[in-house]
Amino acid sequence: MNFSTFTELYRRQDWSLASTRIENSTPTEVERALARKGQGGMADFAALLSPCAGENFLEPMARLARSLTRRRFGNTIRLFAPLYLSNECTNVCDYCGFSLGNAIPRKTLTVPEMLREAGVLKGHGFEHVLLVTGESGRKVGVDYILDALRALRRYFANLSIEVQPLRTTEYERLVEEGLHAVMLYQETYERESYAAHHLKGKKRNFEWRLEAPDRLGRAGVNKIGLGCLYGLTRDWRTDAWFAGLHLDYLEKKYWRTLYSMSFPRIRPHEGESMPLADLSDRDLVQLLCAYRIFKEELELSLSTRESPNLRENLLPIGVTTMSAGSKTNPGGYGAEEHSLEQFTISDERTPEEIAFMLREKGYDPVWKDWDRSYDECRLQNEASAFTGGEEQPLSLAG
Amino acid sequence: MSGISDPLLVGGESFHSRLFVGTGKFSSGDTLAEVVRSSGSEMVTVAMKRVNPEGESDSILDHLKDADTRILPNTSGVRDAREAVFVARMAREALSTNWLKLEIHPDPKYLMPDPVETLEATRELASEGFVVLPYCHADPVLCRKLEEAGAAAVMPLGAPIGSNKGLESREFLRIIIEQAGVPVVVDAGIGSPSHAAEALEMGADAVLVNTALAVSPDPVAMGEAFALAVQAGRRAFRAGLGEVTDSARATSPLTGFLDQAG
Repeated sequence: MNFSTFTELYRRQDWSLASTRIENSTPTEVERALARKGQGGMADFAALLSPCAGENFLEPMARLARSLTRRRFGNTIRLFAPLYLSNECTNVCDYCGFSLGNAIPRKTLTVPEMLREAGVLKGHGFEHVLLVTGESGRKVGVDYILDALRALRRYFANLSIEVQPLRTTEYERLVEEGLHAVMLYQETYERESYAAHHLKGKKRNFEWRLEAPDRLGRAGVNKIGLGCLYGLTRDWRTDAWFAGLHLDYLEKKYWRTLYSMSFPRIRPHEGESMPLADLSDRDLVQLLCAYRIFKEELELSLSTRESPNLRENLLPIGVTTMSAGSKTNPGGYGAEEHSLEQFTISDERTPEEIAFMLREKGYDPVWKDWDRSYDECRLQNEASAFTGGEEQPLSLAG
Repeated sequence: MSGISDPLLVGGESFHSRLFVGTGKFSSGDTLAEVVRSSGSEMVTVAMKRVNPEGESDSILDHLKDADTRILPNTSGVRDAREAVFVARMAREALSTNWLKLEIHPDPKYLMPDPVETLEATRELASEGFVVLPYCHADPVLCRKLEEAGAAAVMPLGAPIGSNKGLESREFLRIIIEQAGVPVVVDAGIGSPSHAAEALEMGADAVLVNTALAVSPDPVAMGEAFALAVQAGRRAFRAGLGEVTDSARATSPLTGFLDQAG
């Protein structure tokens, strides 16, 4: 059946039914899912996410995940850095350091400040950069993001954003300015939990966020990043299943688009709320394996929220993309202060140390796996791309 | 070695080796360089999206500069003919070569080549003087059209990229090989040396291998194994294979005496 947006499909789902199906998966169903190696769709995905799979089949799942990952991605790990542009936010979310109610200094980088940050990242060798802002239509709306893309795109091979959900026409404008990918996490697919954690602001609109990947697909964005924030909902297995349903829907409908999946777990921050549910390391391993087997081509990303030891152990299981040396406060790369952070990072190693670790473990750290000309060739003025770019020297401050 | 007297001719140039090597998925640039050496490959394809002419961190071109091999830039990552032509021009400028492996796969899941866009881009790039080697489906009509459009070789797939499934498309490859007026290089899906040998035995002019080398626990030894398989397959093709039949044929036929009578 054709749905105009994911909301239509979502409304036909029954959370408790999905939850029961996952909860009651049998060893036979898990074995079948393993034997079918991802060809069994949402039913097999449910089995792979089940308590039964976690308790009895984690090792065979990990072995299959490793073999699928190696065949598809080889011995490479792509590296990227987040660049926090602003911590202004008009939302009140009880889990986020940028939440409106938090008494932290607010900062929105100017273009010269962005370039200073970019210089530091470029100095480390980064070519893939994720631009991050809070949600404030007035202070960091689409025009601000356009300015950022225009200022930064000539210095990096690949620019992505993680910002508030936008309209299709706004995404189209960004694509025309060389935007490559958009990370847009639903946070949780359970309506009640979503409402309980998003207390004020535009982010309260569950469906506006739920339909954003449809708008991205229509706008022709190269890559869409999905994910849940684990800890917001008690039933992480069902949350992950719904994210998989979203992915499956998008992949069929916007088949030219590449997809990635992230697995952030709630970290300590400036707010008061504690996580509702703990996603253990064992659960995280199961999640990664289940997604890898479900969609072998999916990019799986792991951030510096996780500890060095865990990140290293998860490498062979299915991770394809890592951030390194992240600062989650605007201006953090060029400055010393850490008071404006969105969340506290756990892996504090420098990009060079991460690259060294990867090589030691037999992986090629890939800094550049795209070229800006691929995105920019859609622009009217082709002269601005690869062959004609007039790159200005960046300050390597910091 | 028979390779010297039996060169592969592509785009007006001759090559001893009939093994093309892809550069993705290797654990390091050093490993890649060793594999290129051990495989004897003279044609190594590099995705333009991985090339960083100014960067210090690029690990591919730096490691290949001492190898005695032609760098064949490819357009992996583009989604249509317009993007492909743009990237091809960029490759020509950045790497000073008009050779190009044309890859247009708008579907990032199975990386299926787009026949319509590939044909259009081949026509345009050939008219601009590029030596175009298009990656395509094992579609005999498409391969004929690509040849008419000016392709220097055709590169039909054996199976989906990275699948290691071998020559799943062998019936169509057979027709393509029979009809082709340009070299046929079987690309994608070749997961073991026996697959490569089979392609050459069938009469394919060369094969391109990447995943099977990159993810082997010993990529350098696997490079040698592929080199030997390609040589064996080619020699077998030239020597002429026996016909495959469903019934037994005795080497000493029972009715042979009739011919000896008199």
